[in-house]
Amino acid sequence: MSQALLQVDGVSKRFGGFTALDGVSVDIRPGERFGLIGPNGSGKTTLINCISGVLSSDLGAIRFDGQDITRLPAYKRTRRGIARSFQVPRPFRSMTVLENLLVAIDFAVIGHGLSTRQADAEVYAILDKIGLADKAHVSSSQLSQVELRKMELARAMAARPKLLISDEAMAGLAGAEVDEVLDVLLKLNAEGITVIMIEHIMQAVMRFSERVMCLDAGRVICEGTPQQVMADKRVQEAYLGT
Amino acid sequence: MGGVGRHLGFWIGAAAFVALAFAMALTVRNEYAFFAGFVVLQFIVLATAWNILGGYAGYVNFGTSAFFGIGVYTAVFLLKAVAAPLWIQIGVAALVGAALGLGVGLLTLRLRGIFFSIATVAITIIAETLITNWKFVGGATGVQLLRPPVTEPFDSYIKMLFVIAAVMVVIAVALARYVQNSGLGRGLRAIRDDEIAAECSGVPTLNLKLVACALSGALMCAAGAPSAMYLQFADPVSAFNLNYSVSALAMSLIGGTSHWIGPVLGAILLATTQQLLTVTISSEVNVLVLGVMLVLFVVAAPEGIIGLARRLWRWARRRTS
Ligand SMILES: Nc1ncnc2c1ncn2[C@@H]1O[C@H](COP(=O)(O)OP(=O)(O)OP(=O)(O)O)[C@@H](O)[C@H]1O
Ligand SMILES: [Mg+2]
Repeated sequence: MSQALLQVDGVSKRFGGFTALDGVSVDIRPGERFGLIGPNGSGKTTLINCISGVLSSDLGAIRFDGQDITRLPAYKRTRRGIARSFQVPRPFRSMTVLENLLVAIDFAVIGHGLSTRQADAEVYAILDKIGLADKAHVSSSQLSQVELRKMELARAMAARPKLLISDEAMAGLAGAEVDEVLDVLLKLNAEGITVIMIEHIMQAVMRFSERVMCLDAGRVICEGTPQQVMADKRVQEAYLGT
Repeated sequence: MGGVGRHLGFWIGAAAFVALAFAMALTVRNEYAFFAGFVVLQFIVLATAWNILGGYAGYVNFGTSAFFGIGVYTAVFLLKAVAAPLWIQIGVAALVGAALGLGVGLLTLRLRGIFFSIATVAITIIAETLITNWKFVGGATGVQLLRPPVTEPFDSYIKMLFVIAAVMVVIAVALARYVQNSGLGRGLRAIRDDEIAAECSGVPTLNLKLVACALSGALMCAAGAPSAMYLQFADPVSAFNLNYSVSALAMSLIGGTSHWIGPVLGAILLATTQQLLTVTISSEVNVLVLGVMLVLFVVAAPEGIIGLARRLWRWARRRTS
């Protein structure tokens, strides 16, 4: 069996007296399409924060590409190939869409050796893929909520990740747009990028994922194929309960 | 193409500015013009320095007076200890400022927002207390300093200081302009907009903030160094006067923080007004005027003079098209 790209090993995170993650372990294989689900407040975003380095975990270890990254600052993890989008968009508001993506190219892709024009071309290619090309020179403070979500993904892609983590990129999107974003993620995966998708829209998760994991109250309650997870009693209870 | 033209334009402007200052020093008789002009130039350096961290990176620093005062006392120390010439005083002050910026940055730059700002106020108090208790540089009562004879071709020390300050303005502005247009500038802007998103886009936020803090600190200390010779006197209360912190901040905000020209315009406007008021009315009115102008701009033109100019420009274009 091929070595895991990302190994999360017994990661715990507490906020004061509240345990947001309680010994979460999971291995993500290279090239995998992985779905992460769980009711509101179950710890999905917290797990992503620990993986991307926005938060440091209290316990446990995280390995990426065969190396321990548990204590690495976030920017170094991004440079090694972990890029993420934010559930609540975090644009660089004083910049255009183009400049937002250039930040990622300039700082995440170290030694890219691209000329200004080549970097611009790479940004346009990404924006084309995600359907934002006509907004390249618009200030990100003027984007709609939907466009902001797309830019979140686009900026993550500009970092040329090996692992792309999408935190509810489709929340608030209409049916056709959900399909659009789903197609983008599938295309990226076909290009060899491993994708973790957090999503509340179940059809999207079912269509996209090869494997799904469900969190509840900071613990992994089920992991398997989408069909297995949907059929699982504990998962159904977690979603119906409360 | 446009880039090369802009660089050329900037350096021609800078050279013309220094040449003009030099020509004035050689021809104008009235010493008072240089007394006042020196202060204006000094504030341009201070505001420009402040803006590198406070404007580009959005880390509002109330510690300008700490850096300025330490610049003053670096000069005092070098004078008393080894009778160092002026350019050594300024150079060493810049190095001390850079080191101090790094140190202070390491201590405070992990704090965000208001906590960082409060920490920088504390730094000023600590620095002033240390100097007040240091007898060698005069302690609380201050120290009288003797100017060495003036160097050719100048006929007065003040005129020489004025030209040196003009050169320092060019260095400070060129540095700020370079930072703004470089990758560092884009990284600092990303930090200002959203530090977490910046970090996740690969921006080494702490490192960039430290570089900005060191550059800013170096320029602030350098700006303080010639003050010792300017006043021929130094005491902790005036060297660490909170007025420097407030003015540098106000000048940048009033001018506009997004472009290097902002603090320059803000400093010229405010420092000139202050100089005129000091002569015509009294120096107490200064604080009032500073406060009123700051409030006016924060309410009516939050992006400063630059923002106003941009709005006017857009309005004019819409009218003509
Ligand atoms: N910085 C923080 N400080 C304190 N509590 C936090 C913090 N971040 C998250 N929490 C808490 O941890 C729990 C898990 O939050 P998290 O955002 O990871 O949930 P989630 O699964 O992403 O939920 P959602 O589906 O609503 O996005 C929640 O109860 C939340 O209130
Ligand atoms: Mg979440």
